[in-house]
Amino acid sequence: MSGTLRLSRRRFLQVLAGTAGALVVGLRVAEAADGPTVPVPPAMLGDDFDALGAYVSIDGDGNVLIGARDPDTGTGTFTSLSRIIAEELDADWSRVSVVSLGLGVENRQGKPFWIYGHQRSGTGDSIPAAWADLRQAGALARWLITQAAARRLGVAADRLRCEAGTVVTPDGRRFGYGGLVEAAGQIDPPDAPLPLKAPEHYTLIGRAARDVDGRAIVTGRTRYAIDHREVDALVAVLAPCPWPDGSLASIDTSAALAVKGVVKVMPLKPEAGVPQGQTVIAPAVAVLAENTWAALQGRAKLKLDWKPGPSKGESSAALEAQAQALLDGGTPPTTRVRDDGDVGKASRKAAHRIEATYLQPWLAHATPEPMNCLVQLDKEQATLVVPTQAPQRAWAVVQRLTGLAPDKIAIEVPRVGGGYGRRLDHDFVAEAVMLAKAVDKPVRLLWTLEDDLTHDFYRSATAHKLSAALDRKRNIVAWDQRMASASALAGRGVPGDRLWTSELTADQLPAGLVPAYRSDWYALASAIPRGPHRGMPHTANAFAVESFIDEIAHSLRENPFDTRQRLLGAPRQLPLTGGGVLDIGRLANVLQLVADRIEWKNWLHSVNGLGIACWHLDGAYVAHAIEASLQGNKLDIVRVVCAVDVGRVINPLGLEGQVAGATLDALSTALNLAITFKDGQVQQRDLKDYPLAGMAQLPRDVEVITVADDRAPTGASFIAMPTAAPALANAVFRASAVRVRRLPLMRELLRLL
Amino acid sequence: MAPAQIQPVPAAAADQIVPEPVRAGIDVEINGESFRHTGDPAMPLLWYLRDVLRLTGTKLAGAHGESGADLVLVDGKAVSAITRPMSTLAGRRITTVEGLAAADGSLHPLQQAFIDEDAIGCGYCTSGWLIAALDLLKRKPHPGDDDIDQLPNRCRCGTQTRVRRAIKRAAAGSVA
Repeated sequence: MSGTLRLSRRRFLQVLAGTAGALVVGLRVAEAADGPTVPVPPAMLGDDFDALGAYVSIDGDGNVLIGARDPDTGTGTFTSLSRIIAEELDADWSRVSVVSLGLGVENRQGKPFWIYGHQRSGTGDSIPAAWADLRQAGALARWLITQAAARRLGVAADRLRCEAGTVVTPDGRRFGYGGLVEAAGQIDPPDAPLPLKAPEHYTLIGRAARDVDGRAIVTGRTRYAIDHREVDALVAVLAPCPWPDGSLASIDTSAALAVKGVVKVMPLKPEAGVPQGQTVIAPAVAVLAENTWAALQGRAKLKLDWKPGPSKGESSAALEAQAQALLDGGTPPTTRVRDDGDVGKASRKAAHRIEATYLQPWLAHATPEPMNCLVQLDKEQATLVVPTQAPQRAWAVVQRLTGLAPDKIAIEVPRVGGGYGRRLDHDFVAEAVMLAKAVDKPVRLLWTLEDDLTHDFYRSATAHKLSAALDRKRNIVAWDQRMASASALAGRGVPGDRLWTSELTADQLPAGLVPAYRSDWYALASAIPRGPHRGMPHTANAFAVESFIDEIAHSLRENPFDTRQRLLGAPRQLPLTGGGVLDIGRLANVLQLVADRIEWKNWLHSVNGLGIACWHLDGAYVAHAIEASLQGNKLDIVRVVCAVDVGRVINPLGLEGQVAGATLDALSTALNLAITFKDGQVQQRDLKDYPLAGMAQLPRDVEVITVADDRAPTGASFIAMPTAAPALANAVFRASAVRVRRLPLMRELLRLL
Repeated sequence: MAPAQIQPVPAAAADQIVPEPVRAGIDVEINGESFRHTGDPAMPLLWYLRDVLRLTGTKLAGAHGESGADLVLVDGKAVSAITRPMSTLAGRRITTVEGLAAADGSLHPLQQAFIDEDAIGCGYCTSGWLIAALDLLKRKPHPGDDDIDQLPNRCRCGTQTRVRRAIKRAAAGSVA
């Protein structure tokens, strides 16, 4: 039953001749091994939709199955990655189905080889990576089909063209792909990469596509990892220690074990010396039961005494005071991130100086789908279903704990209920694997929302102290930024002089635009776990910087749009320290677009307050303009406009959704959200304490403007995060004359009013 | 390697199956079918749906259903499934997201409106939005923005503007 996989030298794309007469095109990111033919597991070649081992499969009826390699956490990758492949294939989109590939790993002398290349979501690089290599997968399948048609019809291949799943001859005859795939599978692929389509011939890229999972989702048929029920597994829930560095002092399991259906109670703890995010997040007691309800009841009946660790002394209030003291004092910074010109000298000579401090709170991820993981384990292999943003990292955790060979670990990644950076860490995978090892049965680990909120890898609070000096012509001549935060990279094997890199960038505004610019970072020490968070580090920095630019404008009695325009200056390209360029023209353009749309000319006389902000990150550009009104204590976000320039747009509808979605997420966070801790314990336990904004608090529409651009696409899942909050704070200032320098905004605004 | 398949539990051979006597329990109607819950009467409806019936479209949404992802219709009204023990549901008619489409697979206009407006982020909370919106449309066939503002659901992906459009689209389509 096994098919043959023809491997050839210096060839990246491969043709897998399927058993069912299907044409299957896969892709390898590194050079294929030399050799003739090797057997391929039938599962990779059959027409079983759940076992696709390649990117494109076309069956004899012309149905196209595309495998999506990056997880889809709501970022639209299943749709956009497939559109990129389908475009080069000239597929009929109405006949395309998409499946998640899951982890692709091979054993290369005991080391993992990632056969699908990039497999990560929510880090802004899914689309750029797909643009770089996935287009070839579609192009190869189309080339093979065209060659097969040419041979059959006796027409030169270059006289044939492809259109919506058919090959069209010069005299207008049409041949569906389905009838050609068997012959196409026998043709040798070319040695060199194929030419790609010219953008003017695109029929899918740049046109709107709805989510490929839409119908399954609205009918409740989409199976998230948390929904898997096909395995007879024990359900495990955890009673975690309130302190990440605490320990179990005493335990009485009798009442828990008396609950009908409870099978076992066992403690778990972090492994010493293993970096955060790869082992158990905090000591915990696991309750394993035959069903979820029994497990939850058992957990409620545990009698546990936890002994606190050193973190018991921590509070978010004390850390904030420590941050302010650091920024105000004469202590040298942990890292001087950037130092252009002579800030001291420029400030002394300045005509005008201004200074302000901005404080932003700790944040949780609050993913809709809680942490969970299904593990089936035996001596020979591990099979997991994991809601992850980074299956290769999940693999590393499983491999370390099981010692299995690289290709003996299978990880399925169904659609994921939100990531926001939380699922780049795999503590919950480690927990599930440890439990499955201990009970010698499949285990389905389930966290609850309360577990997620109280045991997260949080975004650290930040404190920014910004000082600017201006000359007589109102130009900013010196900028001094001091920032204090607890690095998300601490405890993760990153050297001390690189800990700042999760907290700010050396290229963020207004670096490069001000002759004397200094940026210092001060490390805060905290035992509260930290980790990646959506839009980090830009969101916190943009709030401080873009609020401060408004304050500068106000102190100059100037229109803040004009202040920004003058700061940006003439269109030009500035080199970035991290590579690439800052294109001032593109940044100024998005700023102008939102200003025009919201009728910024009314800025001074508008009844409501208007606020604006702009930012750049990873080669993409964003601006927000917001109109807000304040009636008594009620803040109404009347209008929100966002313009983005992310290079070529793959799916305009998807991009609009990401931009509007990130805008609302950023507004919800800025308005309401804060994690606090006292005696080392997080105080927010549910959504009443951590109130994601409801419909009533959010704007009724977000107007999204997309710049048409033919440059290579960038990621877009968090491009709209950074500027929403400062644009709102700037609008609130115009509406109320109250400058909010501390988030969450609503609490601070009501305090100041 | 290809993702391995999760192996189903082997079924018992037909000649080994001995019929059980009919057990007492709580009778409920779910998506038009009759079921009898014979387990713990205190079990919340959510776990009955998800663990026993394997109807997993209704999601875990927090201990009190705060995000609204666990909403179902009980006798036509939106109810958080985790807050309702099975003991309170005898004789009730329950509709979950799986029961919204017609038997022939044709979608409810609201489901179609969510697709048309692409009102889907990660999709985890979508079933809860659908149930809450259905409840609203039943009470107010042509809801205004202020009515839609009252929906209890929470969404971190930020689909609220599209959900609002989808509800209005569905309302406009139904000439009530």
